[in-house]
Amino acid sequence: MKLNSEQLQKLTIESAHAGLVSGDFTAVELAEAYLTEIEKKNPKLNAYLEVFMDVKEQAEMADKKIAEAKKAGQEKDLDILTGIPMAIKDNILIKGRRCSSASKMLENYVATYDATVIKKLKEKGVVFLGRTNMDEFAMGGSTENSAFGVTKNPHDTTRVSGGSSGGSATAVGGNLGLVALGSDTGGSIRQPSAFCGTVGLKPTYGAVSRYGVMAMASSLDQIGPIAKTVADAEIVFDAIRGWDKFDSTSYDLPKISKAGNNPSVSSERKKKIKIGVPESFLNQGGIDEVILKNFRDTLTKLEKAGCEIKPVEMPNLHYSLACYYITVFSEVSANMARFDGVRYGAHLEGKDLLEDYLKTRGEKLGREVRRRIMLGTYVLSAGYYDAYYNKAAQVRELIRRDYAKAFEVVDVVATPVAPSPAFEIGKNTSDPLQMYLEDIFTVPINLAGVPGMSVPTGFTPSTTTAPNGLPLAIQIVAPWRRDDILFELGKIIESCQI
Amino acid sequence: MLSRNDIDNLANLARIALSEEEKAKLQKDMEAILGYVSELQKAPASIDSETERQKPENYYLRNMMREDEEPFEAGLNTETILSQAPKRQGDYFVTKKILGDSIS
Repeated sequence: MKLNSEQLQKLTIESAHAGLVSGDFTAVELAEAYLTEIEKKNPKLNAYLEVFMDVKEQAEMADKKIAEAKKAGQEKDLDILTGIPMAIKDNILIKGRRCSSASKMLENYVATYDATVIKKLKEKGVVFLGRTNMDEFAMGGSTENSAFGVTKNPHDTTRVSGGSSGGSATAVGGNLGLVALGSDTGGSIRQPSAFCGTVGLKPTYGAVSRYGVMAMASSLDQIGPIAKTVADAEIVFDAIRGWDKFDSTSYDLPKISKAGNNPSVSSERKKKIKIGVPESFLNQGGIDEVILKNFRDTLTKLEKAGCEIKPVEMPNLHYSLACYYITVFSEVSANMARFDGVRYGAHLEGKDLLEDYLKTRGEKLGREVRRRIMLGTYVLSAGYYDAYYNKAAQVRELIRRDYAKAFEVVDVVATPVAPSPAFEIGKNTSDPLQMYLEDIFTVPINLAGVPGMSVPTGFTPSTTTAPNGLPLAIQIVAPWRRDDILFELGKIIESCQI
Repeated sequence: MLSRNDIDNLANLARIALSEEEKAKLQKDMEAILGYVSELQKAPASIDSETERQKPENYYLRNMMREDEEPFEAGLNTETILSQAPKRQGDYFVTKKILGDSIS
């Protein structure tokens, strides 16, 4: 059966899997339906930097797996992700394929190995549709820092998709892919998800191996899913997480989300979910009215659904943004030092080695990347190191303690995801500080290492450029290694929207 | 706060060639950004004594170490890795000499 645009729009991983197993459609038909959508919409949206040439061959392999399982009467053992079309952010390595981090520096770089998450998904028979646009090296919140053009918001093409995983969010939100992978250093999965109307999960730091994702700020980076539903995000998370010997910060998380096979959790869950709201952090000003109203309305709905809402004191959260950026500048300047024009990536010829470096890095790294390297070089230089980096490390500990204290009395902390809905393309490009301020609600989660998820909570009223309005979202945050609580509450939030 | 000379020094340390126009804009942007992040100085100290501050167990972030063992078989990945080099000669990366008349 050929699938049309409306049918695709309604698909989830679970229903696609059911369709594949029952034979309603094949993996090839499913993949081709997405290729048709991509061909139609990508020239305008610029979600994908490259659509892979072998999508059909990958889908044929999946069909073969499905046929074999059916023949042996083992449909039940078939992985739910077999034949599922997925979009991959352009900073996650797939062996033998181009991977550029949306940078001129790596425009022609071909990945020499599979990221651990890719290896896991390949084993399950996932079909990779293509690589998605992003802010260069994941530095930004709008994809306007891509060396290959901005990704537009599928709900309003005059506005940004958010970032840095904007291509992945537009692919899923615009029906150009069933599900996607992104990476999140300070909101890069959650904020574009909020802007594009998708679910975005930043797992607990260490829950997913970072091996094979290009490092931006290593103590903050984490890979996660961008999906249409909380259930889909959970399926992908379960597929990619776990300890990996190539990432010493990774670990195994006991599976506790399904069927309450952890007795302490299920008995605890018979009680109400307690949601904490850091009131003083919300009253800092500069937050769009429409965001605050939608946030309050969502809390009211959750209260009616049986959750308990209570204010929490988190006095150090308002230092998060300063703490985050000092940390990021520092780690960026170190991580970007690898681009020397000698071992891989672009190379420009100078009169001597120093000039090779200067020219290659000056011309092939984009403006925001250059700015962050300069700032990192400054804050790490002798005489400033204590005042900036060391101070940030200490404040980071204070922020972590704020969460630890809050989680003594609540199960989840909730805030908006971003201070406004998706903003106009070009609005913040000349003022980098203004752009940084957009990250206010998402960065504390990465600093503390806790898991956070963006869940859609409706739309703004319609405008001339956004006939269906712009997506709105809530951010929910759970204690370390308790990503399962996010799925549980996320599903309640979804059911409140209907 | 930041002089033009500071910008020149930082660019040189960071190995990035910058145009005059960009240096001027960076000077302005970096001042604004550093001004903003300096609000961190107002944050309370998480640990009061200097001795306590030096102890890694007082921070949840710490280095993860592992034994340096089980290396890949020598030469196993050489060709794959070198295939991405801008310039190679046999099994070597090609780069310019670092000693001589033009050290910086």
